[in-house]
Amino acid sequence: MHIPDGYLGPITWIAFWLIMIPIWIIAAKKVKRELKTKNIPFLAMGAAFSFLIMMFNFPIFGGTTGHAVGGTLLAVIFGPWAALIAVSVALIIQAFLFGDGGITMIAVNCFNMAFVLPFVGYYIYKIISSKAPVNSSRQWIGAAIGSYIGINVAAVCAGFELGIQTVLYPPVNGEFQYFMYPVNVSVPAMALGHLLVFGVVEAIVTLLVVKYIQKTEPSLLKVSARG
Amino acid sequence: MEINKIKWFGIGFLILILLTPLGLLAPGTAFGEWSSTELKEMLNYVPVGIEKGEALWNALFKDYTMPGLSEGFFQLSVGYIVSAFIGSVVIFLVVLILVKYVIKKGSEDEPT
Repeated sequence: MHIPDGYLGPITWIAFWLIMIPIWIIAAKKVKRELKTKNIPFLAMGAAFSFLIMMFNFPIFGGTTGHAVGGTLLAVIFGPWAALIAVSVALIIQAFLFGDGGITMIAVNCFNMAFVLPFVGYYIYKIISSKAPVNSSRQWIGAAIGSYIGINVAAVCAGFELGIQTVLYPPVNGEFQYFMYPVNVSVPAMALGHLLVFGVVEAIVTLLVVKYIQKTEPSLLKVSARG
Repeated sequence: MEINKIKWFGIGFLILILLTPLGLLAPGTAFGEWSSTELKEMLNYVPVGIEKGEALWNALFKDYTMPGLSEGFFQLSVGYIVSAFIGSVVIFLVVLILVKYVIKKGSEDEPT
């Protein structure tokens, strides 16, 4: 889901910078108010964990690969705004140090994986787990279902952003300038891998960690239960 | 955090880092993340924007490899593990420093 430089034209990636900059500013304000100082090292660990699980590529039909992100997991533990910052940092370091995802595409990739993914996942988790006690199975069931839907919605967003390039920048002399497959190819391609494999991995990682936290560090789940 | 807990988290992360080469076993490239070489094979041309985009940024550890360690599964695995370690440490420190700074700045703005 890490869109490389040059896959989207400037209209698209500039628009996403304009969307993401205010979102990052809001996130900083929210985190300032809501995150407990003693949880900062845990959040930093969460960001590193997200980075690491993105390195576990899984194969799928058609010779492509994909991976989990862990964004919903971080949102369940620290709240969605803190998750947004943690996953954003992971994506920015991936782009600069490892060339995974483009530099100009940082805003687009953060929109999909650091904003859409944890927020969709988190609010589905909240609906399913509402008023459930910290040790309830609805906690991990909600987190698992939320994370599955979150990563799939993010994948569809990425597919859509890629696919609309064929409309925004039609071919010149039969050659596309940017991404070359239309929405009716890119969206199903992105969705299928995540529906069948990567979303399942995301859900399993999420439920295992939430179950582990329920057992060992239940106070962490209370933190986000408030808001 | 108690010392014991830090130790166990550290061991957990170390195991995860050492296992990352499993992620190299999956053949192929993610959809929409093809290199210009792969695109040339798929389309018989490289979209001009993508060709320019690929040259935009030269990452130090491109594709999670170390300079001089890009031949065969063993070298790639070493590069992948070192990348996993460097990335984890850098990301941990950046989030730690950034969020501490954001929270500190906030308390200076609004003394309560």
